[in-house]
Amino acid sequence: MTPIMLELLVRSLWETILMTGASGIISLVAGLPLGLALVATARGGIAENPWLNSVLGAIVNGFRSVPFIILLVALIPVTRLIVGTALGTWAAIVPLAIAATPYYARIAEVSLREVDRGLIDAVRAMGGNRWTIIREVLVPEAMPGIVAGFTVTLVTLVGASAMAGAIGAGGLGDLAIRYGYQRFETTVMIAVVIVLIVLVCGIQWLGDRLVARLDHK
Amino acid sequence: MNSVVSAPASVATPQAEEVVRLTDVKRRFGATPALDGVSLTVRKGEILGIIGRSGAGKSTLIRCLNGLEQADSGEIHIEGRNITGLTEKDLQPLRRRIGMIFQHFNLLSAKTVEENVALPLKIEGLGKAERLKRAAELLDLVGLSDKAKAYPSSLSGGQKQRVGIARALAARPALLLSDEATSALDPETTRSILALLKGINQKLGLTILLITHEMEVVRSVADRVAVIDAGRIVEEGQVWSVFADPQAPITQRLLSGIRPQLPEHISARLSPVSGDEQILSIDMAGPAAQGALFADLSQALPQSFRLVHGGIDHIQDQPVARFFIAVPARDASLPEKVQTFLKARGARVEVLGYDANHA
Repeated sequence: MTPIMLELLVRSLWETILMTGASGIISLVAGLPLGLALVATARGGIAENPWLNSVLGAIVNGFRSVPFIILLVALIPVTRLIVGTALGTWAAIVPLAIAATPYYARIAEVSLREVDRGLIDAVRAMGGNRWTIIREVLVPEAMPGIVAGFTVTLVTLVGASAMAGAIGAGGLGDLAIRYGYQRFETTVMIAVVIVLIVLVCGIQWLGDRLVARLDHK
Repeated sequence: MNSVVSAPASVATPQAEEVVRLTDVKRRFGATPALDGVSLTVRKGEILGIIGRSGAGKSTLIRCLNGLEQADSGEIHIEGRNITGLTEKDLQPLRRRIGMIFQHFNLLSAKTVEENVALPLKIEGLGKAERLKRAAELLDLVGLSDKAKAYPSSLSGGQKQRVGIARALAARPALLLSDEATSALDPETTRSILALLKGINQKLGLTILLITHEMEVVRSVADRVAVIDAGRIVEEGQVWSVFADPQAPITQRLLSGIRPQLPEHISARLSPVSGDEQILSIDMAGPAAQGALFADLSQALPQSFRLVHGGIDHIQDQPVARFFIAVPARDASLPEKVQTFLKARGARVEVLGYDANHA
């Protein structure tokens, strides 16, 4: 592999990390509250509101049912509004984050819903309000699941970011398509696959270690 | 109720301040009434045991007391304040006056033991240093000072419940609610937890209301007992007097495991009309049970009886005796005389039948 190809590989890796990381953080910041809202407004939840719950559920399901490649194109006006351009790495972060947020919200919802109701009762019996329940019970108790779910989301984003090449976002997937596939450079293809495997394994390993440290069950 | 036995000086005086007063509290889930008109008072400093089978409504009852469950009708007064119809927000400061412990402990797994104990104080808004100081005091009280930095998952069931008790006491409550707190524990651990609760009741004068399905729990710690069945209080009184003379069939059934019963092989062959021996049950309690009953009986009426089964239990320092005797019945006047003698001594006597098989 030539030094130029190597430089291209490093740059693509950085673009993938940037897209995955930025959209991952946005999905965490937006998805966790959304997941909390889904659990809290559900029947028997701490802020029961069936109407709001079905609206939120419908929005989440709506975004989750659209294939990412379509979302990528359909969101171009939104992206242009936010980033100023519909092309490039930063522009890809918008659809990636919008796709990952409902995905992560559902994963967080599952972890939060599994928190033992008895613990909520115990804190209510102490005189805690909803915020206390969220801060002291729901989030800390679900934390291992929240982190494990975030790991899954990041890995999914690594895969999804490959499609972002379609709007000129670059990244490892784009490199593999353009050089490895279209120019028959098998070495590039193999190098990209190896880098992706290492990247995904690294994310998973970090996530697993963090979960092990957080889990006191 | 329990008129046969005279009550000794009660542990909590009748005029003592009421911590809890329930008046005709009703609660239904769908078509089934969980509470069907419960009236009850808990006096300051006493331990009241509420016993019932599962589904009798006892969990609903205890959860109504701190508003975890809302009553449909009736009034609930806590320390003189009517809490029925209060909003969640208004209930919050009130709940800080009421500690609660649970069957499954409900400790937060993500927090250390001391953080768990300090949580009610954090909710109250106390500073961290103060919280941890108080948590240390409480862990000392329950004998778990060395576990302050441990996580609940590393503790045994009994230790978890001790942490639960320390946590429930953190905010210096006026009332402790115990929701089947020993039901998930083995008998030995149960005894140590009950001893801890009794000790706290005596040392701090804390009022405790506990619900359970085990008579043994009521027997060992409660001052008074209320029996709940199908959402109603069917019997209530001093523990020793209810144990001595249970009125309601459900109470008798709940007690059957821990009161002496006529052995099965004898009760199975009893004839209701005639036989060689008449089998009697004798129940005595309180001062009446303190005399040398059988010595006196054999002196007054020699050869008049044979002990079959029974014993004396001591509940709240009161003797509660239950014996089964066999009286020769060939001469019909002897059983009469024995019964008259026993009744004169304050015993409750019941003829269970006649035993023909005994030589």
